[in-house]
Amino acid sequence: MVDDLYQDLILDHSKHPRNCHAMEDATRNAEGYNPLCGDKLRLYVKMDGDVVKDASFVGSGCAISTASASLMTESLKGKTREEALKLLEKFHDLLTTDTPVTKDLGKLIVFCGVRDYPARVKCATLAWHTLKSALNGAGETVTTEE
Amino acid sequence: MPSSVIAPAFDVEKIREDFPVLKQRIHGKPLVYLDSAATAQKPISVVEAIRHFHEVDCANIHRGVHELSQRSTAAYEETRAKAKQFLNSKSINELIFVRGTTEGINLVATSWGAKFVKPGDEIIISAMEHHSNIVPWQLLCERSGATLRVIPMNDRGELILDEYEKLLNPRTRMVAVTHVSNALGTINPVKQIIAMAHKAGAVTLIDGAQAAPHIGVDVQDLDADFYTMSGHKVVGPTGIGILYGKADLLNAMPPYQGGGDMIKVVTFAKTTYADLPYKFEAGTPNIAGGIGLGAAFDYINAIGLDKIAAYEHELLLYGTEALSRIPGLRIIGTAREKAAVLSFVMEGIHPHDIGTVLDRQGIAVRTGHHCAQPVMDWFKVTATTRASLAFYNTAAEIDALAAGLGKVKEIFS
Repeated sequence: MVDDLYQDLILDHSKHPRNCHAMEDATRNAEGYNPLCGDKLRLYVKMDGDVVKDASFVGSGCAISTASASLMTESLKGKTREEALKLLEKFHDLLTTDTPVTKDLGKLIVFCGVRDYPARVKCATLAWHTLKSALNGAGETVTTEE
Repeated sequence: MPSSVIAPAFDVEKIREDFPVLKQRIHGKPLVYLDSAATAQKPISVVEAIRHFHEVDCANIHRGVHELSQRSTAAYEETRAKAKQFLNSKSINELIFVRGTTEGINLVATSWGAKFVKPGDEIIISAMEHHSNIVPWQLLCERSGATLRVIPMNDRGELILDEYEKLLNPRTRMVAVTHVSNALGTINPVKQIIAMAHKAGAVTLIDGAQAAPHIGVDVQDLDADFYTMSGHKVVGPTGIGILYGKADLLNAMPPYQGGGDMIKVVTFAKTTYADLPYKFEAGTPNIAGGIGLGAAFDYINAIGLDKIAAYEHELLLYGTEALSRIPGLRIIGTAREKAAVLSFVMEGIHPHDIGTVLDRQGIAVRTGHHCAQPVMDWFKVTATTRASLAFYNTAAEIDALAAGLGKVKEIFS
């Protein structure tokens, strides 16, 4: 049932989001916007050379988008830019394809239930779309509508 | 009050038999359809009228001398006559077939606007408009150099008529407001709004998309200059609607689109246009949709809009009470005159999460900004959950909604 989607880890991160604050010394930031629901999110990334030193976000959204942003910022720390973009790709595949769930996604596997809720895929990917914009240095508002 | 029966005289179970879609299960639970403000479900008579057209009478209209073309023309034009009765217009020539309310408003903003709106003029809309009654006027303002003014509303979601009065002035060309708000359910006093506009010398357009399915509309009594509605909200098909306009205004306006069927004589030097209503109906229309809409009018008339309105009001009262009992739930839109729309927010729980959890229990509601972002901004919310009721809904379905919201609270708090 609906518990496949709202697993405990997702509920925990939506009620108590980690890294949910602005970051004054961020080297990059970007804004994400989902026009379907009006959810907005600002993502901050601090790079040390090619490595993500720290990541945080502010914004309000549904349980899925908040938990996704929270778990994403946790999983980014220490990853190179290339590794982060690779993770984005795998996460996207997890939500939108039937490919078997791989272990290298770590805690992010908790979002595998989203693939059965096509209307909610955009909630889960908002933070990641924003990450791509931040890492590519575009720095513009990205939307989930492409 | 027993929860299953709220108005014994209204045989809702018999009515539900007419709607095949309602008989299914969603995720293993009986479908509870509470999204009729988005689109109403269709009775079997509408489905069969469309099927009959395609199976038996299919031909283009207004141009063939053959039997099928005559049949399809007659069936399509019969709907115009039914619309005349439904809206009580003076003449069938004042009724233009359009794709829906959105196209009706765009037609007026484009055609009437091109002829009558000049730089420095003012257009008044209201704070509770659907995007479809905002954006066409913004586009007109950009084209013409006119200014858009907005009637504010109070905390209940009611328009403040004293403020409206102050906005009216000799530069006001158009007052375009909704009859019933899709996001809040507010029923506006449009007769008074129209009278005030006329006193200032302005023309009026009423967005009737949400009103037509729920309250009897009499365009002559309202003295509306334009009134527009969508077929799919009144249990008809999508892609068909009606624009009513007073004949003198429609006659003074240039055509909206050019093409076949809207002309008298075409030469390369000069083209003369058809008389009303065909001047505004270029190209082959949605014939099946028009015929389906006729069946929808018949269906609504057979029950009676007065009976529908009375029953839906009972449902609204029952639903308002049921939702008010849920701690942390706030109803958005508490107008004293209200149609059967229950828009609400729940503390700390996002509408999309509410919508997903309800869906898994078979309950269909709308979540989001309802194409009324300025309304959301005014109430300082990004989105709401909206349960919109129709005459085929039951008190038991509202009980199911309340129980579903209990499950939502269980998960998220």
